[in-house]
Amino acid sequence: MSLWKIAWRSMEQRALASWLTAISVAFGVALVVAVLVIHSVVDRSFRRGAQGYDLIVGAKGSSLQLVLDTVFYLGQPVDTIPYSYYREFTEGRFVPAVRVAIPICTGHDYQGFRAVATTPEMFDRLTYLDNRPYEFIEGRNFYTENPFECVVGYTVARKLGIKIGQEIRPTGQGQVGGAVHEDEPFTVVGILAPTGTPNDRAIFLNLEGFFQCESHVAGPSFEEQVLKDTTFSASGSTVSGSTPSFPADSDRPTEPAEIRSVEESSSAKLNAGNEADSAAKINSARDPASAGEGAAGHTDGHSPEWGEACTHHDHGHHDHGHHDHADSDEHRRLSAILVVTDIDNNAQLAMSLPRVINEEPFAQAVHPARVIAELFDGIVGNVQLLLLILAILVVIVAGIGIMVSIYNSMSERRHEIAIMRALGASRSTVMAIILTESILLSLGGGLLGTFMGHTLVGFLSPVIAEQTGVIVRAFDFQLVELVLIPGLIVLATIVGYLPAVAAYRTDVAKALIAAP
Amino acid sequence: MLELQEVKKSFPQWDGTRLEILDIPYFSMEAGEQVVLVGKSGSGKTTLLHIIAGISRPDSGYVRFDGWDITLLSEAECDRFRAKRIGYVFQTFNLLPGFTALENVLLSMTFADGWPDKARAKYLLERVGLGHRLTHKPPMLSVGEQQRVAVARALANNPRLILADEPTANVDTGHQQQIIDLLRETCEEEKVALLLVTHSPEVARQFPKIVRLEEINQVGKRPIMEPVDHQVGS
Repeated sequence: MSLWKIAWRSMEQRALASWLTAISVAFGVALVVAVLVIHSVVDRSFRRGAQGYDLIVGAKGSSLQLVLDTVFYLGQPVDTIPYSYYREFTEGRFVPAVRVAIPICTGHDYQGFRAVATTPEMFDRLTYLDNRPYEFIEGRNFYTENPFECVVGYTVARKLGIKIGQEIRPTGQGQVGGAVHEDEPFTVVGILAPTGTPNDRAIFLNLEGFFQCESHVAGPSFEEQVLKDTTFSASGSTVSGSTPSFPADSDRPTEPAEIRSVEESSSAKLNAGNEADSAAKINSARDPASAGEGAAGHTDGHSPEWGEACTHHDHGHHDHGHHDHADSDEHRRLSAILVVTDIDNNAQLAMSLPRVINEEPFAQAVHPARVIAELFDGIVGNVQLLLLILAILVVIVAGIGIMVSIYNSMSERRHEIAIMRALGASRSTVMAIILTESILLSLGGGLLGTFMGHTLVGFLSPVIAEQTGVIVRAFDFQLVELVLIPGLIVLATIVGYLPAVAAYRTDVAKALIAAP
Repeated sequence: MLELQEVKKSFPQWDGTRLEILDIPYFSMEAGEQVVLVGKSGSGKTTLLHIIAGISRPDSGYVRFDGWDITLLSEAECDRFRAKRIGYVFQTFNLLPGFTALENVLLSMTFADGWPDKARAKYLLERVGLGHRLTHKPPMLSVGEQQRVAVARALANNPRLILADEPTANVDTGHQQQIIDLLRETCEEEKVALLLVTHSPEVARQFPKIVRLEEINQVGKRPIMEPVDHQVGS
């Protein structure tokens, strides 16, 4: 007979105490498992929320706020950037480094869910999770040419009971009743398949229709003025056959007072562009007085690589449309641009793109994955660690319960131990039997707890899905759960040690004579 | 086979003195011999059996078993020695209540060499008339049946000697003779020596050799060689 079987029989004999002890371990383990699984799934879901693109370009300010607003549709909307800046990614100087750029305009709600204005490319060209394309369980994507079309995320459709063909009127955040969009409602043309991302909880409006609502446009701002000037200069150089180069655009003023000098700079560049096609020449031709101190420093430091890379890229994106767009773009504002950089073909340019954008006086480029990781590791990770520590403490308390349970039974089992010893069991054998029993109790409790923990996750998953949009499956096992096995064995050995020593020390002759 | 020389055993008392229990100048048994040991209650019969089994150590003296002085063995060696060569039948049976009859027999084999011989365990239980009770746990067995399981368990490891400590004391009168017969027959069959302690003159009379503990125990009989401060008891 193995020690396992001997220990098992001993547990059977004290079935009630054994069950209660194992259940107390199970509760602790269930908590640990629930914390681990929920954390891991939430962590993954948060991190993958921004999958499908590398950069978020938005207004200067808090990068966290930009990510929360753009990726998770949480918190306050950020400041805006001019629509014309978006054109830099689709037709302007950033094109060589960019594969896809999607404009985003947040700041609107529909019955508690965010309404996001964007282009159909959001679903045609971006992917989620591991390159999964967006799919529609009903209807289709909206078309650019039908300005008042929209699609809704899976959760929104399910919770609000939205059907294809339904008309909805989003409201500006903080506004009541939909007064802003009284003029034209958006028609739902598609319902997205569930993605497990925050997109399940949003409504996607056609950006064209969104801009046609007058309240979403504003007068040209300072940045727009700046952009207008520099855009013209870039297009000028393009038209003239020169490669539009980063230095031509990088020496943006950092102060409004420098607008004039930018204009001078632009004209200088235009001239330079006509005469030469290398960035170095542009720089040398530039009026030294035209740039601010900081900007000049940046330009000198970075222009060669950008300029050099650009010259290698024979782009055919001549932006003939700039002038056409200029007037309508002037009043359009975006909250963010989602950018997929062309890291495969233009690694150097793609990698320097965030730095170049961050040098702009009004824009910033954020790596969402990085910001989310920081958020998670910094705040959410600590909360999870705290929960995990509490759960582990529960397991330890349950472990002490094992010790108390076995130790309390020692007086009655001392006689049994003496019998085993009289039959020839050594001290170490009876010690091993007690330790085995402790390990069986904790592993049995652990197994039960793992099951209970996953069941708990199963029960909580609808709540988690409702609250966060994260889909948690009950039996979503985590590799880290395997740590529980050695952990429980170590715990059982520690808590089993005291009763095991008591077994070891049993005086056989005395215990045999004592009444059973 | 078994030889005790100058074996002394005493136990500490609450007042710090020691209570002398045994002082046996010589005791021996031959292989396969069946001996009955009689004596008053508290005269040290169980203590003597514990010393022979290596469960208790004598204060002094030698216990030779098949040429081994078991008083010189380490505790672990002594445990293995006992498991392999000595079977023990207790007055209170001392079966493990959580294990079936068969498992109680197998358990004894496990402690001896770790490889329980299930066929032999079954054979022994059938031999003691419990072939139909293999999977019953002790609480489901009568006292007579429990003691028969204990006999089977004592024989499990082919011991050289069985120590039976008043094996019929807790068995109803109707089954007492059955237990004695069983012990004597199986020990003969298996060529195992038997040292049986009893209070019953009827039982004692059946044995070819009767040893009275009072006769071999010299506690209180030897001349006092040095001042002793302990009480001499029986």
